[in-house]
Amino acid sequence: MKKVLMSVAVGAAVVMAAGAASAQTLNQVKTRGELQCGSNTGLAGFGQPDAQGNWSGLDVDLCRAISAAIFNDPKKVKFVPLSSKDRFTALQSGEVDLLSRNTTWTMSRDTSLGLEFGPVNYYDGQGFMVRKKLKIASAMELSGASVCSQQGTTTELNLADYFRANKLKYEPVIFATSDETIKAYDAGRCDVFTTDASGLYAERLKLTNPDDHIVLPEIISKEPLGPAWRHGDNQWGDIIKWTHYAMINAEELGVTSKNVDEMLKSANPEIKRLLGAEGKFGEAIGLTNDWAYRIIKHVGNYGESFERNVGAGSRLKIARGVNALWSKGGLQYAPPVR
Amino acid sequence: MSSSDNRDPRFAGGAEKPRVAFWNDPEKRGYLFQIVLFLLVGYLVYMAGYNAVDNLQKQKIASGFGFWNNTAGFDIGQRLISYETTSTYGRAFWVGLLNTLLVAVVGIFFATILGFAIGVARLSKNFLVNKLATIYVELIRNTPLLLQLLFWYNAVLKALPDVKESLALPGGAFLNTRGLFFPEPVPGDKFEAVMWILAAGLVGYFAFGRWAKKRQAATGQQSPVLWVGLGLIVGLPLLAFFALGMPLSFNFPDLGRFNIRGGVQIYPEFVALTLGLVIYTAAFIAEAVRAGIQAVSKGQTEASYALGLRPGPTLNLVVIPQAMRVIIPPLTSQYLNLTKNSSLAVAIGYPDLVQVFAGTVLNQTGQAVEVIAITMAVYLTISLVTSLGMNWYNARKALIER
Repeated sequence: MKKVLMSVAVGAAVVMAAGAASAQTLNQVKTRGELQCGSNTGLAGFGQPDAQGNWSGLDVDLCRAISAAIFNDPKKVKFVPLSSKDRFTALQSGEVDLLSRNTTWTMSRDTSLGLEFGPVNYYDGQGFMVRKKLKIASAMELSGASVCSQQGTTTELNLADYFRANKLKYEPVIFATSDETIKAYDAGRCDVFTTDASGLYAERLKLTNPDDHIVLPEIISKEPLGPAWRHGDNQWGDIIKWTHYAMINAEELGVTSKNVDEMLKSANPEIKRLLGAEGKFGEAIGLTNDWAYRIIKHVGNYGESFERNVGAGSRLKIARGVNALWSKGGLQYAPPVR
Repeated sequence: MSSSDNRDPRFAGGAEKPRVAFWNDPEKRGYLFQIVLFLLVGYLVYMAGYNAVDNLQKQKIASGFGFWNNTAGFDIGQRLISYETTSTYGRAFWVGLLNTLLVAVVGIFFATILGFAIGVARLSKNFLVNKLATIYVELIRNTPLLLQLLFWYNAVLKALPDVKESLALPGGAFLNTRGLFFPEPVPGDKFEAVMWILAAGLVGYFAFGRWAKKRQAATGQQSPVLWVGLGLIVGLPLLAFFALGMPLSFNFPDLGRFNIRGGVQIYPEFVALTLGLVIYTAAFIAEAVRAGIQAVSKGQTEASYALGLRPGPTLNLVVIPQAMRVIIPPLTSQYLNLTKNSSLAVAIGYPDLVQVFAGTVLNQTGQAVEVIAITMAVYLTISLVTSLGMNWYNARKALIER
C-alpha cells in the first residue's frame, strides 16, 4: 500500500509542477537563460547530435530559431532527447518548453493530451522499407510479413489500419526506441521496417548495407509534423508559430542569412515589416522588434534550413516535394506579417 | 488503559499511580503523535490527489478510466488470448499481463532448477566444477541485467539463420530469426479420454507413493515407486492413446512467402527475455542455496553418516530440509525480483504488461496517471500473491518444535 501512496504522491507532485509551469513559459525561459527543447533521440536530418555533441537538423533549427529570437543567440538551447513514448509526459510535466521532434499532429493529441499544435514544419507520410532481395514492388505484397516499428507512435496505429483495411496478415514487433527498431530490422528479425518516409531515408543510413534496401512507393498516411507546446500558454504558442512563419516568409521574400543585412535597407514594405524596420510586431509577441532579423541572421530561412539538413546539401537528399513553398506547388504557406 | 484504576501488581503497595498531565504520559503522547502523523499523511495524499485532478482538468488532459473499453487500434505480436486490432484497451491489458505472467512462471521454474544446481556446484569438492560455478556467479551477478538482456537478444538473433535458410529440426520443427516453430497438436474427439486416463494415472501414482512411504516407515521395505509411477503416468495413457486409434493430429508449420505459417511459434524475444532472466536470477538463487547448505552444521552430516545413511540420502533427508528454512526467504525475494525485472522486456520488444499497457496504451490515450497506477497495482498484486504463497511454504518448512 505504501508503494501505491508514494507513487500517487510522486505522480501528483509532477502534475502540480506542471500546473505551475503552464503559463508564462517565455518568462521562465528568459529567467533560466536557456530554452529546453524536447528533441529526437537521434534522427538524421531532423534532430541528432554529432560526435562533439552539437545538435543539428530541421527540428533542431526551429528551437535554435526560437532561441535566436529571444536571446539573439541560437546556442542557448538545451536539447532534451525524448523517446516517442516519453515525449508527451515530458512536455506535460514541464520538463521541456516545447517538443520539436517530428511529432504528428493528430486530433486526439491536440484535444486530450493538454497540448497545442500549430505550424507544420514538415509534411510527411508513413512508408515501408524492405530488403531488395525479397523482390517486392508494392506494400500489397506484404501479407504474412514481420514488421518492425516503434512504440508510442502514429506509425503503430497506421500500420494496423493499413493491414486491416487491405486484409493482409502481419506480425508486429514493437520496440521502445528507433535505434532498437532499426537494429532488429538489420539483424533480420523483420521483413519490413516502417516509419515516416523521411525517417526511412534517415534510418536507412544506419544499416550495415544501405543499398540492399528499398523504400516502397506506397505512402499510407498523412503525417503533419510540427512543434507542440502546452495548452493554455497562448503567448508562447504565438512565439513558436511566428518563428516558423518568419522562416517561411523570409524564404518567400528571398531573405537569406547571407543577404539579411542588405535586406534591412530594402524598400519592400513586407521585408521592412518582417525585419522590424517598420512596425512593432516583435513587441506584440513579447520579443524585440528585430526578432525575425535575429532568426534569419543566425539560422536562416526555411529553405536554407531544409537544404542544409534534409535536402540536396545533406546526406538524405530528400526533394522539397510537398514541403516546397505554396508559390512553388508545395504546402508551406505562412500568414503575412502585417 | 486508564491510569486511575490501574491494578498492575507493581503498584500493589496501595500507592496509586501518580496522576500526570497527558503530555507527560509517554503512552498517550505516543498516540497523539501517531494521530497527528496519520492526519498529516492523509491530508498530503488527499491534497496530492485533488491537485492532480484539478491540474489535469485545467490543462484539458483527459482523465478517468473511460478509455478501458475504447478500441485499441494497434496490434500485439505474441498473445495467449485472442486479440484483434479492433479489441479494446482492456483486452490489450490482459494480453500484456498474461505475457508477463508467462515469462515470470517459466523464468521462476528454470531459474530455480539452474540456481539449485549452481549453488550445489559451488560447494563441490571438484576443483573445476567449483571454480566454474564461482565464475558464473561472479560474472552474472556483477553486470547489469539490461545489458545482459540486450546481449542475449542480439546473440539469439545473430546466431539464428534467415527465414529462407530455416534450420529444419526433426519432427517438422523449424528454427530461424523469427523464432522456433513446431507442429501444433490438434486433439481429436477421443483425445479427452486419454487426458482423463492420464489424470487417473497421476492420482494413482500419488496414492501409491504415500502407501509406499507408509510401508517403508512401518516395515523398512522399499517399493518400486519409479517403475509403478512410469507405468501409471506414461504407459497407461500411451496404451489408451493407441487403443483409441491415435486421436491427435498435427498442424505442421511450413514456409510461406515471408514467414513460417501454421504451427506453434516461440518468439525470439520471449526466448531472449526468459534466458536473460533465468541466467541472471539463477546466480542469486545459487548464492542463497549455498548459504542455506552451509548454515546446516557439519555435525548433522556426521550424525547422519554415523547412522549409516549414504551421502545421497544424507543430502536429501538431512541437509536439504534444514537448509530450506534458510533458503526460502531470500528465494522469495529472487522470485519477486524476476517478476519485476521482466518489465525490462520493453528494451527487446517483448510485449509484456509494461510494453503494451504502460507503453503503447499510455501513449495512445495519454492517461499517464491512471495507466501507471494500474500497472503498479498489478505488479504489487503479483508480488504480494507470490510472497503469500512462499510464506505459506516457508511456514510448512519451518522448524516445528515438539
